[in-house]
Amino acid sequence: MNFSWFLPNLGLLLQGLECTILLIAVSGTLGIVLAIGVALGRMSRSRVVSSTFGLYTSVIRGTPLLVQIYILYYGLGSAFAALPWLRWGPLWPYLRNGFWYVALTLVLSNAAYWGELIRSGMRAIPPGELEAASAFGMGRILTLRRIWLPRTLRNLLPALAGETVMLMKATALASTVAVTDLLGAADIVRAQTFHVYEPLLLVAIVYLLLTYGIESVYGRVERGKVLRPGR
Amino acid sequence: MKRLLLALLATSAVTVLPHIPARADAPIIFGISAEPYAPFSYKSPAGVWEGFEPDLARALCEQMKAQCKISEIAWDGIIPALLAHKIDVIFTSMSITAEREKTVAFTIPYYDTPVDVTAPKAEGLDVAKGGLKGKVIGVQIGTIFVNWLKKYYPTNTVKTYDTQEEVNADLTSGRIDAMLCDGIAADAFAKTPAGQGFVTTTLPHDPLFGNGVGAGVRPDDTALKAKLSAAIQAVRDNGTYAKIDRKYFSIDVWPPPADFK
Repeated sequence: MNFSWFLPNLGLLLQGLECTILLIAVSGTLGIVLAIGVALGRMSRSRVVSSTFGLYTSVIRGTPLLVQIYILYYGLGSAFAALPWLRWGPLWPYLRNGFWYVALTLVLSNAAYWGELIRSGMRAIPPGELEAASAFGMGRILTLRRIWLPRTLRNLLPALAGETVMLMKATALASTVAVTDLLGAADIVRAQTFHVYEPLLLVAIVYLLLTYGIESVYGRVERGKVLRPGR
Repeated sequence: MKRLLLALLATSAVTVLPHIPARADAPIIFGISAEPYAPFSYKSPAGVWEGFEPDLARALCEQMKAQCKISEIAWDGIIPALLAHKIDVIFTSMSITAEREKTVAFTIPYYDTPVDVTAPKAEGLDVAKGGLKGKVIGVQIGTIFVNWLKKYYPTNTVKTYDTQEEVNADLTSGRIDAMLCDGIAADAFAKTPAGQGFVTTTLPHDPLFGNGVGAGVRPDDTALKAKLSAAIQAVRDNGTYAKIDRKYFSIDVWPPPADFK
């Protein structure tokens, strides 16, 4: 074991860690918002709406994440580059950056997986609770906002914690499209210093610590007052 | 599961037991990076390794009257593969640098090429006057170019790719502003349809670029190192080298690189 590479490359590794955390935060937050939309869409009374969202879920869940990243990054990215007004336009610094393609893929993926999860959670809420809300004179939107969603999300917290950990592990795919996430940073260190195993061991431990962090945040929410229906 | 256990046993055996020297008639295994790096090494549709380095490796074996085998290893794991006796020689465009010499012993250099910067004409880069500042630069991972950028442009965003093809692709699609690469790779790119509209500038030599490309062997393999160095000099002297060189390049890549006389 030799860790002489650690200090000279600390900046790079921290940059990678920051990138990984940003990916989790961006795609987790946007993902859950979209997932609620997907769940509601799937439960829509309109046949067209529910089957459209059903198709979306099937397509996203039925293809490997890496393939989706490649399709967006190489496919969409090259299509953008062929348009001069985009290629030389003010948005190009963002559009050229692999980070946003990975983030977008993860958001779409989360929306599909978490959407199904939330749909099953919403189905599991006893109808009596919703009927009671209605008896109190709450409209559909108000019932959803005050009773249905908070109850669902709270019940789903343990499952969502697991899904967030899965999301964290999925972010490691970012390194395949030249995004310097935690694994990408470790790969650079490995390639430049020829210490092949130690950087991998280090990032494995950091990923474990991140998992621990995610689980303890969810644990706090579970024990706390957030998402607890009114008292 | 059993296979996993066997693999674990095998790896621990390698680390614990002293290495048993190979038999004298065992073939010398030349390790070539699995990622194609045309025209230095690439696989023909028939699955045979072709290019400057496989050809030169075959010529060296003939010179040494030795049995040889070419084995492909991923670039980022090639030094560990050498040290683990999976291969005997790294023969895949590895520049001789002080950092690598801590782990690997090199023969005399067998080729050297300039280092080039390629960028779209529209960028109008002036490389000589620190013109890369603030630019997003693409390079292949684990190359001397990364070290050079770290020293002279420490604040630049450097994007690292597994293969030169990926660097070319992202340069074409505008994801990077410029790439740093080997002069021969830059020439090859300039000859492709995608490479039109780009300009290539050669960087002045820098100690970080190393002293040419050598064959890497294990530091304790002194006999093989001497044999290889002698063979390299011999094929250079008897004209075989020039024949292989002309087959692939428009310049003489024997160090220091020069135009053909």
